[in-house]
Parts: sequence; structure tokens; C-alpha cells
Amino acid sequence: MTFSAFLFQALNGLSTASGLFFIAVGLSLIFGVSRIINIAHGSLYMLGTYIAYTFATHIDGGLGYWGGIVATALIVGVLGALIEIVLLRRIYRAPELFQLLATFALVLVINDATLWLWGPEDLLGPRAPGLRGAIEVFGRQLPSYDLFLIFIGPLVLILLHFALARTRFGRLVRAATQDREMVGALGVNQAVLFTSVFALGALLAGLGGALQVAREPANLATDLVAIGDAFVVVVVGGMGSISGAYLAAVIIAEVKALCIGIGVVDFGFVTVNFSKFTLVAEFLVMAAVLIARPYGLLGKPQAAVRSIAEPEEPIRPATPMLKTLAVIVLALLMCLPLLAQSSPYLLILGIDVLIAVIFATSLHFIMGPGGMHSFGHAAYFGLGAYGAALLVKWLGAPMGIALLVAPLAALAGALLFGWFAVRLSGVYLAMLTLAFAQIVWAAVFQWEGFTGGSNGVIGVWPPPPFDKSWVFFVLTLLLAIAAVLLLRRLLFAPFGYAMRAGRDSVLRAEAIGIDVKRVHWLAFAIAGGICGVAGGLFAFAKGSISPETISVGRSIDGLVMVLLGGIQTLTGPIVGASLYALLQDTVMRQTEYWRALLGIIILVLVLAFPQGIVGAAAHLFGKRRAP
Amino acid sequence: MSVLEVRALSKAFGGVRAVNDVAFVVEPGEFLAMIGPNGAGKSTCFNMINGQLAPDSGEILLEGKNIAGLAPRAIWRLGVGRTFQVAATFGSMTVVENVQMALLSHAGEIYRFWRPVAQMHRVRALDLLGQVGMQDAADRPSRELAYGDVKRIELAIALANEPRLLLMDEPTAGMAPRERNELIALVKRLVVERGVSVLFTEHSMDVVFAYADRIIVLARGRVIADGNAAAIRDNAKVREVYFGTGKTFAGAAS
Repeated sequence: MTFSAFLFQALNGLSTASGLFFIAVGLSLIFGVSRIINIAHGSLYMLGTYIAYTFATHIDGGLGYWGGIVATALIVGVLGALIEIVLLRRIYRAPELFQLLATFALVLVINDATLWLWGPEDLLGPRAPGLRGAIEVFGRQLPSYDLFLIFIGPLVLILLHFALARTRFGRLVRAATQDREMVGALGVNQAVLFTSVFALGALLAGLGGALQVAREPANLATDLVAIGDAFVVVVVGGMGSISGAYLAAVIIAEVKALCIGIGVVDFGFVTVNFSKFTLVAEFLVMAAVLIARPYGLLGKPQAAVRSIAEPEEPIRPATPMLKTLAVIVLALLMCLPLLAQSSPYLLILGIDVLIAVIFATSLHFIMGPGGMHSFGHAAYFGLGAYGAALLVKWLGAPMGIALLVAPLAALAGALLFGWFAVRLSGVYLAMLTLAFAQIVWAAVFQWEGFTGGSNGVIGVWPPPPFDKSWVFFVLTLLLAIAAVLLLRRLLFAPFGYAMRAGRDSVLRAEAIGIDVKRVHWLAFAIAGGICGVAGGLFAFAKGSISPETISVGRSIDGLVMVLLGGIQTLTGPIVGASLYALLQDTVMRQTEYWRALLGIIILVLVLAFPQGIVGAAAHLFGKRRAP
Repeated sequence: MSVLEVRALSKAFGGVRAVNDVAFVVEPGEFLAMIGPNGAGKSTCFNMINGQLAPDSGEILLEGKNIAGLAPRAIWRLGVGRTFQVAATFGSMTVVENVQMALLSHAGEIYRFWRPVAQMHRVRALDLLGQVGMQDAADRPSRELAYGDVKRIELAIALANEPRLLLMDEPTAGMAPRERNELIALVKRLVVERGVSVLFTEHSMDVVFAYADRIIVLARGRVIADGNAAAIRDNAKVREVYFGTGKTFAGAAS
């Protein structure tokens, strides 16, 4: 690559950086003030592109395009305010991460609403009136619209900076970012502050999306892609830091542009196509930054968030009633194979549910008692699934060996990633785990020769007698029981107690000789290993796997299952996983718009049971028993 | 040999010398108070001894072995128990489980994966709770307890590893005067019975002058006085840092 080509790529990177900045800065502001991780932020960005498209194609000329962009930003801002008032305001007092569940439900609803309104095709807007041309830079044509984007990012950065530094609103935002309880105690109307910050963040996301209308087609997959990028930018820049968001946006965009610019390089012994590393690159940058600077480039250590969730009850051995219930459920499950003839689908569904139970229980193990909110549990599911499938594909290994290797592969991955992850906490830990999952995903996706790339691995069928679905069901059931009982046993043993001790008070745990990082690292690895069992079973149950197995969507599914069941109870993940897997299946067969329906169901559950289903049941039961 | 000997200990934060060339000893069985106005360097000094902070220079000898810069858990393993200014317990566990944790760790049984905790060291834990008068609350969640009771639980936890030195950072902070005296009397009785040395910081002078065997006074990062209650009361420098001049501790100590 020549030097001028290099500079040209750098300019390209700067115009991309502006788009990243718009979405990341809103996410960062909202998190800073309300501590909500708004997963639906990517959806607001996507809506921005669609709405701007409608304006630009229905109203001619500059008014439709430029006026449309301004109108879009305002509309999305108002939508943001509505979301905050109608939904989020009701659950600020719910346990941590419950808001996350609600915003995830919004992602589903908004995605289907967009599908319904605009249809499934990609929509490319017109070119910007007044900026249709290109100018020559370094001997190449740079669209003048890109040049405009390069400048609008820093312009908004400066405007925001002054707004935060000079206005009363800005001072409140900065104060709330540091200590929102204090701001509340000083008599500031928090409801208005939260709503306006959410609206501002949404407006910026809408603006960012709208500005993309001439560059990239509006696409229904934008929401999760955008939120993934935005997370990386926010975490690299430092939560709550506006300048950090811009700095990080530039770094990420430049690294990506550089990868594309370098292209294929022949090292003599091996040829590397760097343009394939764009996906891995941004997450590698993030992992590196988090390890070197745990609070991001310009972030400050977060003030301890005082827990507003109800404190957890001490764990008790299962009551006779719970034991009876478990036996009845297991007896019913054992009877399922009898229905193999009449309704074979029931067994397949049963296998799905059981795999989900193993997946969710292993995630709960580190999320609940460990206090480590992993956003990338799919990595270990994927390592298990691919570990088993690749062993069958390349070495023709029998199923028994493959199912043994699955947890080992996941365990190895969890040991490696966990070592870094346990050095962080809270949202930074969540983001690092997400980054690791994305790295695994990208590696699988782009290493075509070994993993089959986007086609995945096919023909991973179980040998007889396990090819009969009832036999495989029984195998899955036995492994699920073993996994659940093992994790439960660990929680009642000294190791599980030490894990909770480290979560309850690091200070006290260290002061009685417990190496909290080491205990949590080991717990992370154990959870990863058990999750690998689920992955291995999944590969054989489906007969094929694809990178989809490791996608962000699966990690989020796990979070939803755990939170739905109730994070503070040991039976919660089992109920949550079963319910979610069944819901997903039923709802998917009901309507084309199953995502929206699922989202609405989750929203209703969140509003009705802010402690999760089992938490709510225990609460109700406890109340009734009390004199 | 002294249980603890601190030599030429210094720590600066930016340009502020929070602890400046501090030296003192704690003798076996001694009940030693460290006092001083806010910002005198008490907490910094404490946090270096318990491993929370690494000193810039100087030595901290625990029975002759230099522990400066070791991690808190390593210092605990060498026989140093501690309680915190803001009491810290494991909120999701019962009172007795809190003590059992310390006993499990002391016995090197943290990495056991199978046997349930419920009965492990329970008898010994109940015995320790009995000594601090909290046996009746053994099976209640520790987060439900009143603050004064939490302080007692912390004491039971701190005694679990048979420490030779107990570090107590403002043991009576946030307590009512009567509770305060009861707690300190309890600590004093336990340490006399067990022959443990105690180093504690304290703001309430009545407690200090009534119970401490010896008192060290810190001001602006330096030790300005070291002696028994009477000597400290009459020390002109101490009066100056606390009251300016002209007042005495007579009122506070009565």
C-alpha cells in the first residue's frame, strides 16, 4: 500500500468514526446518568436511517433530505423520551441488569415494527443534495458527503462539550454521572433529568442513523451490529466520557480502515488477508485497552453503585416441597419418550429445553453467586459445539469422545478469557466477556479452511442408538441433571461459599485469606466447562452448527433466561431457561412477527415480576407463611 | 521480641506526605491506641500494616519478619486479624456462616468442592459467637443485624485464625456510647484471655483513655507522642494539635 493510499484510508476511517461517535456518545451519556445499559440504542440508530429514508424519498430536494435528517433526530428523541417515561421509569428500582432485559425486549419489538413498516428489503436513500460530488484527495475521489461527515462528528463533540460545561443541564448530567444519589438528595428532579438525558441520547443516535442514509442502505440487521460497535467504542473510550467516545470512535474506525487498506499481504510463507480481520480487530483493541486501562482510555473508576436490589437470602438446602416438585418434574420428563411415536416433535423440543437449562444454569453460576455478569457466555457454548463438531469432522471421533472434548475445549477457553475477565468488574467485565465472545465468533467465521466459515460444520449426527430421538433425549436429560446437581453441590461446598464471599465483600474476603480473583477465575472456568457440555449436545442434536451458535444473540438469550427466572434463586435459571425456550418455540410458530411478540411477553414479565419469576414466587410464598 | 515493629514508615500521595518516618512497637499482650486529628495519617498507617497499601519506604516487622508490601490475605495468614471502620460481613450468609468462612479459610479448605459447608467447623464457630455474645443470632442472615452486633460478628471473624495481632480501625465508629464501652470492654477481656496484642485507632477519647495500655499520637504524618494515658494527657504538643492551647483532656476523660 502506498503512503497516499494509506492517508486516503485514514480519511475514510474518520468519516466512519463520526457515525460511531453519534451512537456511542448517547449510550455513554445514558449509562453515566441512569446506569442503564440501553441495548435498544442500536435500534434507535437503525430507526434513524429508516425514518430519514422515508423523508428523503417522499419530499423532494434539500428540504426532504436535510430537513428530514433534523426531523428524524427530533422524532427519535421524542421516542426515546416516551420509552423512558412509559417503560424504564417503572423499573429503576428493580435489581441491576433488569433494565437490560427490558431494553433487549425493545430491540425485538422495534426490529419487528421496522420490518412491518418498511419491509425486509435493504433501502438505499438518495445522495445528499448539494454534496453529490467528490473531490480529489491523494489522487483518489473522496465523496464530499464523507468530507462533511468527517467534520460533523467533531462539531457535535464541541457543541456537547460546551453544553455539558456551561449549562445547568450539563452540570446536572455531570454531577449525576459521578453520584446520582447525591444529586437526588440535593432535591434535583431526577425523573426530568433521566428523561431528558435519555431523549438526548436517543436524538443523537437518530441523528447518527439519519446521516448514514446516503452512505449505507437501511438494513434490519443494523441494530445489533451498531450496538456491538457502540459498546466497544464506549468501553474503549471510558463510560461517561464524551471526548473518550470520540477518541475511541476514531481509533476503532482507523484500525478497521487500516485492515481493509492493507488487504492481502504475502509474507512468503503465508498469505494473510487483513481485510478479514476487521471484526476481530475492534474487539482485540477493546480487550487490549481494558487490560491496560480497566476504565477505558479517558474514563475514571466508577463510583461504587450502591445496590438498590433487595439483598439476597442465605442459601438453604432444598425444602421437602421443592424436592417433591423436582421428582415429579423428572418423572414427567422420563415419561416423554413414551410419546415418541405420537408426537416426535415434543422430544426435539424437550432436548432444546434441556440444553437451554444447562446453558442458563452455568451462566447463573457466575452471574448470581459469583456476581460476574458475563455478556459473552455463548463463547463457551460455541467452543463446546465446535470442539465436538470439528473433532467429528476432521478425526472422525466417536460421539463419546467428542462429548468429552466439548467441555474441555470450553474449559480451556474459559480459563484463558477468565484470567483477564476477573480482573475487572461490573459493566467493564460484561463488555470484556462480550469482546472475547466476539473474537471467538470472528475466528470461527473467518477461519473458513478449518471451521467451514459461515457454512459451519454439517453431518454431526449421533451414531446408533442415539440417532433415535428418545435415546438422545434420555442422554441429554441425564447430562442436564448431572450438570445442575454438580453446580448446586459446588454452591453448598466451601468453594461456592468463597465465591459468594468474594461477591458480597472483596475487602472482607481478602481479609480472611481468600484469594478472590483466583476463586472467581476458577468459577468462571467451571461455568465455561459445563456450558461446553450444552454446546456439545447442541451440535449432535442439530447435526450441524454454524457461527450463529456463538452469536451475540445467544449470549443475550442466556442473560434473558437467567434474569427471567430470577438471578437470586438457585432454581431460577432452570425455570427461566425452560420458559424462554418454550416461549421462543411456541411464539415462533404462531406469527411471522414472533420477535415482537416475544419482546412484549418479556416486557410484561419484567413489569409484573421485577425479581424474576421464581423470586416473585418465593416472595409471595414467604409472605403468606409469615404470621 | 515485639509482636509488631514499624520502622521509618513513609507514604506520600502526590506531594502530600501522609505518613512521614513513623516508628513504633507493639509489645505482646499490649492494648495500643493510635489517635490523632483527622488527616493525621492513622488510616494510611493502618492500611500499610494490613497490606491494603504498599509503603514508599520503611519496614513493618511482624515478629521479626518484614511484611511491608504483602497482600492483605498473606498478612492474615501470618496471624493478623482485623476489623474495618465500616463493618464488612458477607450479607448473603448467616451469622454463623460468616464465622465458618474464616475458619474454613484458616484450615485451608476453601478449595473443597463437595462437602457442604453447613456442618463444617460449625461447633467452633458457635463457640466463637458465644464469646462475643452472639450465639443466639447464629442462624439469622447477617445483613439483618443491628450495627453494633455486626461489629461483634466482625470480632468473632477476626479471632477465628487465632491471631497474635488484631488491627481494629475505629472499632466503635457509629456506635452509641454505652454500646461502645461494652464492645471495647469485651475486646479487652478477650485479648487479655488470649494474650493477643491489639492496635486500634479511635476517635472517642473516653474509650482510649479508659482502656488503652499505651497511646501513640499522630499529627501531620508524624508520631508526636508515645506513652501512657497520663503522659499523653499532660503532653503539651498533644494539647496543641487537638485544642490549640489552654484546654486539657480532663473533661473528655472523665
